[in-house]
Amino acid sequence: MARIGSRSSNSRSPRTSGALWHVLCIAVSVAFVVAGWWLSALALNTPALPTPDVALGLFVQFAPTMGPDFAISFGRIAVSLLIGTVLGVPAGLWLGQSSRAGQLLTPALYILYPLPKIVLLPILLVLLGLGSEPKIALISLTVFFQVVVVMRDAAKNIPEQTILSVRSLGGSRWDEWRHVILPATLPDLFTTLRVSSAIAIAVLFFAEAIAGSTGIGYFIMNSWAMVNYPRMFAGIIALALLGVIVYEAFDLAERRLTRWKR
Amino acid sequence: MNLSFSHVTVDYPATDGTLLRALDDFSLDVAEGEPVAIIGPSGCGKSTLLRLTAGLMSPTSGQVMADGAELREPRKATAYILQDFGLLPWKNVYANAELGLRIHKVAEPERGERTRAALEAVGLSGFEHSFPNQLSGGMQQRLALARAMALDVDLLLMDEPLSALDALLREELQNTLLNLWQQRGHSQILVTHSIEEAVFLGRRIVVMAPRPGRVVAQISNPEMGSVEYRNDPLFFDRCRQVRAALAEGGER
Repeated sequence: MARIGSRSSNSRSPRTSGALWHVLCIAVSVAFVVAGWWLSALALNTPALPTPDVALGLFVQFAPTMGPDFAISFGRIAVSLLIGTVLGVPAGLWLGQSSRAGQLLTPALYILYPLPKIVLLPILLVLLGLGSEPKIALISLTVFFQVVVVMRDAAKNIPEQTILSVRSLGGSRWDEWRHVILPATLPDLFTTLRVSSAIAIAVLFFAEAIAGSTGIGYFIMNSWAMVNYPRMFAGIIALALLGVIVYEAFDLAERRLTRWKR
Repeated sequence: MNLSFSHVTVDYPATDGTLLRALDDFSLDVAEGEPVAIIGPSGCGKSTLLRLTAGLMSPTSGQVMADGAELREPRKATAYILQDFGLLPWKNVYANAELGLRIHKVAEPERGERTRAALEAVGLSGFEHSFPNQLSGGMQQRLALARAMALDVDLLLMDEPLSALDALLREELQNTLLNLWQQRGHSQILVTHSIEEAVFLGRRIVVMAPRPGRVVAQISNPEMGSVEYRNDPLFFDRCRQVRAALAEGGER
């Protein structure tokens, strides 16, 4: 439904006009954000919030020095999302599909899910040191619980008839998973991953800012401590860029893999 | 294949802890290649009957026999078309039609040939890449049929397969069902709410009554088997007979 405008805009060459419309939408959205930023910067008039043109210059200027930290942060996010997904998807689907497992473990899930995993950071720092391990563990935990809860509900909501249709064909358990449970819950997985990616980056920033001496989070807080606001702002843009990359990657994968939804 | 139900009873646990009898002392024999229509109001155990026959559940007491052996699990040669067609929305038309063959591990090129032939038989050639939600109700029903037909089954079970369609489309698909049955000669159990459909497609019409689900009449209908039967005075007589049996079952 989201793309209805692009379909109906021109009957002669829907593809070209659709692409044009899409570009126009992006341009308007970006212009809106930039205008808001510009007005805020002018109103506040502080070195901590430069105008977008100045900020862009700063980002380009500091980009080479941020490279290694950006790569480290990106790696932490990617590995954590992978671990959280690989563990969370089977766990959530299993809880949703098996009523016994659901009954047994749902109370535990309800206790652990609302607990802000970020308060576990001190414990993880004690156990795992100041490197990448405690950050990856913390973000993986956060992502894991998001994914488990959503996938459990998604698996529960699969209509029984859909599973019966495969079972009545003589399908095995594996056939049920392969042909029904996994594809049926894929859209929910992408939705939760998009939401989780924003939370994951917030947790990453916090963990990097508090402990260790690597990553974009550290880069930003280190610049702040040195009262180097241009450098700090370049770091903030880098972190925002990281968020956009991860979010867009999931969005793209979702559009590719769940074409049947539209 | 032949199918035999002897004194089949099915109880479901109700929410208040008591047992709900869905099917009471049900006995029926379906001969090789016989199309049977089952008609009755909601709650008469029709869907339970199909689930039993598909091997998806076991009776509380009594026996279901398929070709002389007790039926305990889904048979490879049975196709079951569910009320909502049982299509998978994430698979395109071709992949949906192919599903049964894939589950039965039929290899290419045979799998592709049979899938294409089945789609051709129901008039869905050219729609292979569409998804079910892009099809009309009638086309979705045809696709469910194609999936069953690709399997080369000897028993076809259908749970109110045409109830979601408008009257014109319904007649068209009833003709398709009749044609397919005549070409293939499989045994068939059709559950329906429509008296005309039961008389058009059932060589035997089993009339059921609800709470608990039981047989109130079995009406033999040997004249069925042609599209023209719809306009035959006999057809209307049969419909009247079925309607009377339904009314009688409702009064008890």
